[in-house]
Amino acid sequence: MSEKAIVCKDLTKRFGDFFAVNHISFDVDQGEIFGFLGANGAGKTTAMRMLCGLSYPTSGEATVAGYNVFRQQEAIKRNIGYMSQKFSLYESLTVRENIRFYGGVYGLSDKQLKEKGDELITKLGLEKEAKMMVGSLPLGWKQKLAFSVAIIHQPRIVFLDEPTGGVDPVTRRQFWDLIYDAAANGITVFVTTHYMDEAEYCNRISIMVDGRIDALDSPANLKKQFDAASMNEVFYALARTAKRSAD
Amino acid sequence: MKQFMVFVRKEFYHVFRDRRTLLILFGLPVMQILLFGYALTTEIKNAEIIIVDHAGDMASQQLTTMIAASKYFDINARVVSDEDIYKAFKKGKVKCAVVFPSGFGNDLQHGQTAQIQIIADAADPNTAKTLTNYLTAIIGDYQQQISPTANVPMRIEPVTRMLYNPEMNGSMNFIPGVMALVLMIICTTLTSVSIVREKEMGTMEILLVSPFKPTYVVLAKAVPYLALSLIDLIIILLLSVFLLDMPIRGNIILLFLESTLFIICCLSLGLLISSVTRTQQIAMMVSMMGMMLPTILFTGFIFPLENMPVPLQVVSNAVPSRWFYVIIKAVMLKGLGIGVIWKETLVLAGMTTALLIISIKSFKTRLS
Amino acid sequence: MDTVILQHISKSYVKEGPPALQDISFSVKKGELFGLIGPDGAGKSTIFRILTTLLLSDKGTATVAGYDVVQHYHEIRSCVGYMPGKFSLYQDLTIEENLHFFATLFGTTVEANYALIKDIYEQIAPFKNRRAGKLSGGMKQKLALCCALIHRPEVLFLDEPTTGVDAVSRKEFWEMLQRLKTEGITIVVSTPYMDEASLCERIALIQTGQILSIDTPANIIKDYPGKLYALRAPKVHQLLKDTRQYAGIRLCYAAGDKLHLSFKDEGKDHPAELLSWLESKGHQGVHIEEITPDIEDCFIAKTSTHE
Repeated sequence: MSEKAIVCKDLTKRFGDFFAVNHISFDVDQGEIFGFLGANGAGKTTAMRMLCGLSYPTSGEATVAGYNVFRQQEAIKRNIGYMSQKFSLYESLTVRENIRFYGGVYGLSDKQLKEKGDELITKLGLEKEAKMMVGSLPLGWKQKLAFSVAIIHQPRIVFLDEPTGGVDPVTRRQFWDLIYDAAANGITVFVTTHYMDEAEYCNRISIMVDGRIDALDSPANLKKQFDAASMNEVFYALARTAKRSAD
Repeated sequence: MKQFMVFVRKEFYHVFRDRRTLLILFGLPVMQILLFGYALTTEIKNAEIIIVDHAGDMASQQLTTMIAASKYFDINARVVSDEDIYKAFKKGKVKCAVVFPSGFGNDLQHGQTAQIQIIADAADPNTAKTLTNYLTAIIGDYQQQISPTANVPMRIEPVTRMLYNPEMNGSMNFIPGVMALVLMIICTTLTSVSIVREKEMGTMEILLVSPFKPTYVVLAKAVPYLALSLIDLIIILLLSVFLLDMPIRGNIILLFLESTLFIICCLSLGLLISSVTRTQQIAMMVSMMGMMLPTILFTGFIFPLENMPVPLQVVSNAVPSRWFYVIIKAVMLKGLGIGVIWKETLVLAGMTTALLIISIKSFKTRLS
Repeated sequence: MDTVILQHISKSYVKEGPPALQDISFSVKKGELFGLIGPDGAGKSTIFRILTTLLLSDKGTATVAGYDVVQHYHEIRSCVGYMPGKFSLYQDLTIEENLHFFATLFGTTVEANYALIKDIYEQIAPFKNRRAGKLSGGMKQKLALCCALIHRPEVLFLDEPTTGVDAVSRKEFWEMLQRLKTEGITIVVSTPYMDEASLCERIALIQTGQILSIDTPANIIKDYPGKLYALRAPKVHQLLKDTRQYAGIRLCYAAGDKLHLSFKDEGKDHPAELLSWLESKGHQGVHIEEITPDIEDCFIAKTSTHE
């Protein structure tokens, strides 16, 4: 079995004569934290949807967790976790009910659900809040809970779409602690963010511009390559070259 | 004033750029009129009929032969007792009965006026109405045959009796009902949804934080829908008159004035709904379920109010369309003037004033 | 007199639970660019809604441009510009139609104040016949700003104008605000991005409905309690875990490719001790230096002592 979690070759998505994603190629190792950056409208969301098995590529090849994005979308969905800033949890269910629901969706047994649920609640320190509606929790807690629920079935890869938007700096760091723990357990983390300091936490970063991947390397190497002091500068240098601005 | 006009224009942009709104606005009335108008007035052929011939003379037999010969009727049975009519009706197969009183032919020749009774099963009012019309026409033909010159004093007077539904609500009576329903839906639903959409989209925040007075926001929302509703009214009237042969016997200006009053009443209701709901979905539910159902139930065009239990009749008095229905029927079908319907108009005007005041008062100048 | 004044403002949305705002007081000088810095749920939007007369506070008083937010709400509504947190223009109207609508609504014309928005509007003018719903995030923000400015308001309230906008558009947006400041418009802006704080003249750090501190960014940094160090080593995550075990650590957290940390009691030679301790744990190439904190460091220090 290949050790690559994601292999992507010339992946393309075209809408009419508009190349939303234009021949992108990259690999992600198992257990790697991979940052997927780009300005609004660069094609990040479209690319991520294809990798999650939510839309078919126009051309190119890609395997996710060893499964083909054209033919084995269902198998992909069973082996990944997904979390975004917008879609997270059911606000009118309690913490425990949410865990039970998502665990159940991924086919966890009652015993596993109980164990995993307890473990997760203890880890996040939510013992007191276990019976509270998720809607009444602070945003940072919701996001941490959403992430933990997204990996409750031990997926090979978890996709995170701007998971920390609007979250306070302390909670944001706690969130990244969770990401590191997940990666240490062998879960590949594929993450998009608008916070450039978070880009530094990734093992490797790709930066999309106008549907292409214009840079791909470790943060340290990228800074060297662009002669920049921070990832922020690297991002400016690349995003400034963008021609298109539509979402 | 310029602000007001710009606001109104903006509302028209919203309407004309949204296909769903356009569909409700112009598709709905056309569809409803055609549905209620046409589906319920189709021609009936070979209806089963009972002849009760107490006379047994030549005149009654000639007329019976004419009925039997017509393509509209098949004679099911000739019976002698009136009881048999009811038995046959209850089985449901027979829709209509003709009763010749004893001495029918004799009356026709000597007594100048002969009576004939037509009994119809008006549980299905449209069929009943159509059948009695056919029979009346056949009787008229017979009269022509036996006395070709017009001024002969011999006359047959058909006495029609509607069983089960004495009000005889038919398609003619449906159209005013549909008008009330369509105006109700358009005014309440579209107005409430359009205001609540501004809340949901967040644009209401900017509107409130502008020097434009909140009262004007309400009025500027109401004006376009008043105009659009009047266009709808014209469409409905044109369709009813030219397609469904609906008469407008009364004063057309009176008709428009009364309709405008009703439209304003419904708009106020829509505004009221919008100020107590937060999402378009809920506004839609409240207007549809909360307004449409009472309108259908308590207006009287589908279920006659007279047959309802008293408590429900009392409830129906609170439904504006119930009053509008009486008004519009009087004006369109009976050609009556304001002298007869001033009471209903007053009730409707009172409701409108109350609703308008409440809705403007309850429109919030702040967010919560 | 200051353009915006809040005195002891409190607000609760629900009877139980913590209030959305607790005893908030601050003021903004005429022509100032003032930033409300804090995460989602800190109460930034509530402050804006109270100041723009959309909400009534439970306690306290506030004035904007000399008018009381409760009694003279109508006067305030004619002299402020407001950009709510959510994109709040008509999606089915074009750029031009939106602008024209809001100009008329505020009793003015696009031409009358065109000079003020010229720089911003020219960037989106090529798309003026495009419907607002079809614009990119950055263009929407520019249009919203044009609409909020079209009546040349005395005070401009911008609620998280840069949230969800990419780094390049964010930078452009702040450059626009700097230009507007030179026109004498008082600007109150909120953001969850701590790195944007340094672009404001004065800032208030907010968390869970309370103000942590109000000052110029430079003063807030100067008031940082104690010294802050940056620690580097190849294995950053392991370094973070190990450093947290060290007894003298007060705070230690990731900051980009390095760690920021401060020690419990000053005076002792902690850095050297920490280095040798880390080396004993197997870390190599560890480097430590004292650094100047940024606003995010200050925020973390404040919230940590707060808890």
